[in-house]
Amino acid sequence: MKSLARRRYHKSAPVILVLALLAALTTIGAFAAPSRAEAATASTSDIAEGQKLFAANCATCHGLSAQGQDGIAPSLIGVGAAAVDFQVGTGRMPMQVSGPQAEAKAPQFNQDQIDQLAAYVASLGGGPAVPTAAMVDPALGNPAVGMEIFRTNCAMCHGSVGGGGALTQGKFAPNLWKTTNTHIFEAMLVGPQSMPVFNDANLTPEHKRDIIAYLDAQKAGSPGGLKLGTIGPVAEGMWGWLIALGLIIGSTVWIGARSS
Amino acid sequence: MSNPEHVHDDAVDTTGHTTGQFTDPGLPSYHRPRQGDVDPKAADKYERQVAVLFGISILGTVMTIWGYLALDKSEDVAAIRTMNMVLGTGIFLAMIGIGLGAIHWAKTLMRDHEMVEERHELRSSDEAREGAIQNLKDGAKDSGIGVGRRGLLKGSLITALAVAPLSLLFPQIGNMGGDWNISQFRHTMWKKGTRLTRDPDGTPIKASDVTIGSVFHVIPDGLNDLEHGRLEEKAKAVVLLVRIDPRQLNIVPGRENWSFDGIIAYSKICTHVGCPVALYEQQTHHLLCPCHQSTFDVANGAKVIFGPAKRPLPQLPIAVDSDGYIIAQDDFDEPIGPSFWDRLKGSTAAAEGSAA
Repeated sequence: MKSLARRRYHKSAPVILVLALLAALTTIGAFAAPSRAEAATASTSDIAEGQKLFAANCATCHGLSAQGQDGIAPSLIGVGAAAVDFQVGTGRMPMQVSGPQAEAKAPQFNQDQIDQLAAYVASLGGGPAVPTAAMVDPALGNPAVGMEIFRTNCAMCHGSVGGGGALTQGKFAPNLWKTTNTHIFEAMLVGPQSMPVFNDANLTPEHKRDIIAYLDAQKAGSPGGLKLGTIGPVAEGMWGWLIALGLIIGSTVWIGARSS
Repeated sequence: MSNPEHVHDDAVDTTGHTTGQFTDPGLPSYHRPRQGDVDPKAADKYERQVAVLFGISILGTVMTIWGYLALDKSEDVAAIRTMNMVLGTGIFLAMIGIGLGAIHWAKTLMRDHEMVEERHELRSSDEAREGAIQNLKDGAKDSGIGVGRRGLLKGSLITALAVAPLSLLFPQIGNMGGDWNISQFRHTMWKKGTRLTRDPDGTPIKASDVTIGSVFHVIPDGLNDLEHGRLEEKAKAVVLLVRIDPRQLNIVPGRENWSFDGIIAYSKICTHVGCPVALYEQQTHHLLCPCHQSTFDVANGAKVIFGPAKRPLPQLPIAVDSDGYIIAQDDFDEPIGPSFWDRLKGSTAAAEGSAA
């Protein structure tokens, strides 16, 4: 009886079951996710839905007609769909706590709702649109050109390979390795929070795509092995001093110590 | 301590080198034998440990050779990383294994005797010392120095010795000549009418391109065409161009026409020790230097609001030409970068400033 039961449930059955479930879910997800090209065309019903979402979630600070409130929240008229897609899509908005800066978190809305919100804000008066998939495709960009532009315009805050870095009074430039290509493009376009604006007259859309290609190339990692956070010589120096010097002192003590 | 008469013979010295003045004092009473000295099993254990360490070294060598031969040698970053990791680890094991093994061997198994190395007395004998002094005296007498004869020889020798260092120094002072041209610290490439262009590609910037909140990293027009000293000129001339809502911009008195509808340009070279200050926060208009956290308020004449810098960033006076491009009105009106020799200008003003 026992051996029969053992045979009925193979040891790896739960694992296989979970894997099968995951596979099924991802397949469904792939079919269900709207392509960004479709989402870019906003209908009047999207705008109406977006207005409802806005009134329910954003108007407390930004005002019922998105006009903003002095000292509390900026006006959103003319910020464009790209700003909404970035701020809401990275979870920075709605802002959960007041602090030095709104930090990224899990987004509170799904992509459909974000698109509706973006459509509503865009309907209030122009502003940059959400980029298409081709505009942010790293395969179409030139990482070498991107490196040069990144070094001049971005590296002082985000670090030479996009590792991020500190700003003043608790603010910081986030690391860029997990940010989606669309969000990177939008951030350059609209200049969220402390970040300055890099409009298309400053960095052309092609240059922006080159930057995305450069950042994408960093995802392959560093040829040297351990990256130590890639936040520059201070971190590397600390490793050198604490770890390497510690090893040297440790071995010196061992060499000098008498054997038992 | 270094007396050659007192020879301390080692207790287990087997060379038979004794003077007969001392008997072998043997091991001191506090001498504690090691486990390996008294227990053959422990000695065997140590021997195995040393052999294992040497074995690790051999494995490291094999690993290095295997990695070099077998691993993917393409230029893919992941392949390079794997190769570096395997070669580095292999060489590390090969070296550290020998090192640790040798030290462990010496510490646990090699003979545990104490050794004294003899050293001769440093002082020469009295005869040798007197002889040397006599030689010097004889030499001085023969040459005639010090007794007033052969004045021409003496004078020419002293002159030759005095001017000889110039043969080494003069070329070096000559090479330094260029760097002592202090006017190069006072002026940059900016001149009246030089267009502000983008770093690095050198394309000109229209005033309408600079929207509010934008930041442009700027080099002077023509910098990229320089054959010589391009980096030196760039290091002095780089400028940060921003546009601030004119309602939030407080213009320094006397500089009313130095900016254009909120577009304002400052030197990017920190006035502390010359790092490029470029961490611009567009909401607070603060400009942070990454080296020592000097913070400048761009909306208020780039004055220092935090950190070790002592004076505001120099402002580049700008205007817009008939084609709509931003141009410089003139060079900076003060030396850029860290203060040098009280900035060679208004040293009295600086003195008054420090007195105040």
